[in-house]
Amino acid sequence: MRLLFGSCFTLLIAAALGLGATWFTLTRGVAFGALTIGAWKAWPKSGSADIDPYARAIVARTGELPTGMGDGIAFYARTDDVGNVLDGRCTFRLAGLTPTARYWTVTLYTPDGRLVPNTIDRHGFTSEEIVRDNDGRFTITVAPLARPGNWLPTGGIESFVLVWRLYDTAIGVATRTAKEGPMPAIERKGC
Amino acid sequence: MVRGLLWILAAILLGGIVHLSTVLAMPQAAKQDAYSRLAPFTPVNAMAPLTATQAGAEIMPFMDPAFATAVCRYDLSGGPLKLIAPVSQAYTSVTFYTRRSVAFYAINDRAAGRRTIELDLMTAAQHAQVPEDEEVTAADRLIIESPTTMGLIVLRALAPEPSLAPMARKALAASTCRIQSQ
Repeated sequence: MRLLFGSCFTLLIAAALGLGATWFTLTRGVAFGALTIGAWKAWPKSGSADIDPYARAIVARTGELPTGMGDGIAFYARTDDVGNVLDGRCTFRLAGLTPTARYWTVTLYTPDGRLVPNTIDRHGFTSEEIVRDNDGRFTITVAPLARPGNWLPTGGIESFVLVWRLYDTAIGVATRTAKEGPMPAIERKGC
Repeated sequence: MVRGLLWILAAILLGGIVHLSTVLAMPQAAKQDAYSRLAPFTPVNAMAPLTATQAGAEIMPFMDPAFATAVCRYDLSGGPLKLIAPVSQAYTSVTFYTRRSVAFYAINDRAAGRRTIELDLMTAAQHAQVPEDEEVTAADRLIIESPTTMGLIVLRALAPEPSLAPMARKALAASTCRIQSQ
C-alpha cells in the first residue's frame, strides 16, 4: 500500500517537474551560449548545425527560421540598458555605435515576433536609409507618437522587442567582448 | 524519513528525464514549425517568392521586413538539386534549413564571389556517387550536403530603402531551383 502510494506520488511530482521545466524554458526563451552586449543578446550557434537542443525546441515551437551563420547575426533586446521592460507607451532613445557589417537592419516586433501596424508603415530602419548627423552618428527615437528624425513607432503596445541584425559581419561565435562589437545604447526618456 | 527522501530524489530524477525527453521531442512534435507554415505557399523543388512581410500578414515570426524572400521547399529523394540565384544590387544570401529548421549552411553574395550564386544540393549518399574526376574538373562547382532529404532553401535579397523593394523582388524572381536531370 505504502509502495503504491509512494510510486504514484513520485510519478506525479516527476511529471509536474519535468513538464513545468520544459514549459518554462521554452516560453521564457532559455538557451545556452548567449552573446550579451549591453541590453542586446544574440545566439550565434543557433544559426548553425551546432544549435543547442533548447534553441532547437524554441525555434520549432515558434515557427521562426534563425539567421544563418554565414548570413549574419541577430541581436534581441527586451529591456533597456538598466533593465526597464520596453514598454510601447514610453519613449526610448537608441544611439551609439554598431559593429562593422556590410548592412544592418533594426526592427520592432511584438514579443511573439509580429510587426506592429502603424500609419506610416514603418517597422524599422536599414543602415542605408537612416538619417545621420554630420559626424555619421544616428539617433533613433522609439515612441508611440510622431517625432522628428528617425522615429520608430511603437503603436502604444504593452511591450515590444527590438531586433538588430548585422549582415555580412565578423561578429559571431568568436566574439567575446563588447569592445569587438559595440551595440547602440537603449535609454528610456519618459513615459 | 529516509524512505520519504528517497521517493523525492526519485521524483526529481524522473522529472529531469521527462524534461529532457520533452525538449528533445519538441522539434518532431511541433505542428507550426517553419516548414509546416510554408508548405501551403510553396511547391516542392521550385522557387516560390513570398509576399512582402507586412503587419498582419506574416508567415513566420521575426522576419526581416527589409528583405524580399523566396523559398524552395526541397525533396532530394528524386536526385540532387541545382540552385541558381542572380545576386541583387545590394545584398543577397542563401540559407539552407533542414526539415526541423536547423540552419546547416548559409552563404552571401560576397562569399559566393560571382554575379550568380550557383549551388548543388545533395544528400551524403548522392555526393558519394558523384565521380571524383567530375568534382575536380568542376572546381567552381559548389556542392552542399544536406543532412536531411527534405528541407528549405531560403533566398533573401535586401531592399536598402523601401523604394528598392521591387528591385529586390525582381532579382529573386530570376532564381531557379530544380532537380538535375541525370
